[in-house]
Amino acid sequence: MSVTIDKNLCKGCALCVTACSKNVFEIGTEVNQKGFSVSVAARAGDCVQCGVCEKTCPDLAIRVE
Amino acid sequence: MTFQVNPLRKYVREDRMPHFFCPGCGCGQVLTSFLRGVDALSLDINKMTTVAGVGCTARIPVYMKTDTLHGVHGRTLPWATGIKLHSPETKVVVFAGDGDAVSIGGNHFIHAARRNLDVLMIVVNNFNFAMTGGQVAPMTPAGSVTMTTPYGSGEPPFDLCALAVAAGATYVARAATPYIPQMDNAIQKGLEHEGFGVVEVLSQCPTHFGRYALGSGSPAKTLDWIRGVCVSKAKADTLSPEELRGKLVTGEFVSVSRPVFKGSTFLKDENGGRNP
Repeated sequence: MSVTIDKNLCKGCALCVTACSKNVFEIGTEVNQKGFSVSVAARAGDCVQCGVCEKTCPDLAIRVE
Repeated sequence: MTFQVNPLRKYVREDRMPHFFCPGCGCGQVLTSFLRGVDALSLDINKMTTVAGVGCTARIPVYMKTDTLHGVHGRTLPWATGIKLHSPETKVVVFAGDGDAVSIGGNHFIHAARRNLDVLMIVVNNFNFAMTGGQVAPMTPAGSVTMTTPYGSGEPPFDLCALAVAAGATYVARAATPYIPQMDNAIQKGLEHEGFGVVEVLSQCPTHFGRYALGSGSPAKTLDWIRGVCVSKAKADTLSPEELRGKLVTGEFVSVSRPVFKGSTFLKDENGGRNP
């Protein structure tokens, strides 16, 4: 079970943060090549693999497996 | 841990990614929803043509591995008509914003619906002209503050779905980006439908509509506003017109079958050679 975020595609819009009912994501301090503060799966252990974040992400950056 | 990528990435042009949409823009969600529909129906993306005009929404096809035509503002449907008449086996999908579809392209829209052109038109309604800086558009809710209406818009908006139904479109549905499964269903049904399909997607524009009209550039707050104006069709049937004022009804409005457009005139052999 894992949540992967492609740092080069993430724009830090935080839609995954609000979409996740288990509060897995948060906007971290890491900045990607384009200058966006990217989202990180800070509490990946709480993930129940519902896949809502993957469907919500406008940037095709998240994969839940 | 191995690095997993979203399986929909096989349909996008990797060299063009990340796309140009603002953080939290609904256009990206419409793009992924469309790709999920293509994936679920096992459509051959190399035999599809996507057409777009000008606007934020018009950039959606640029990132897909379909044949893509990206051109003049509002003239998406004339091109789609030409492509469809030349090669009827091609699946043609038009992406248009609200300005593209019913402002400058409004006349093409009603005539494509009247003719029942075999094209799916996905109208991403973000309530303003976003690419040029957030000016008032035909779909801006009355009273909204925009760049060109600093004291509120004095015009009532179009009801695009009612317009499409009246003009004769054979599949009409309205979806919204906060409700992703419903949006997926509407786009998937539109892809399966034969005839002129219109799927209006209410989409968030945090950068312009959010900041001018809602006072916040947060994508989540813009989504909350869309949730507030949406009423499902089942619930809307039980409400009075006063209660529905300022609301937007989501759901499927029409799904019927009608002969599709194959050209403005019959050929000599097709109509029994009749020549009055």
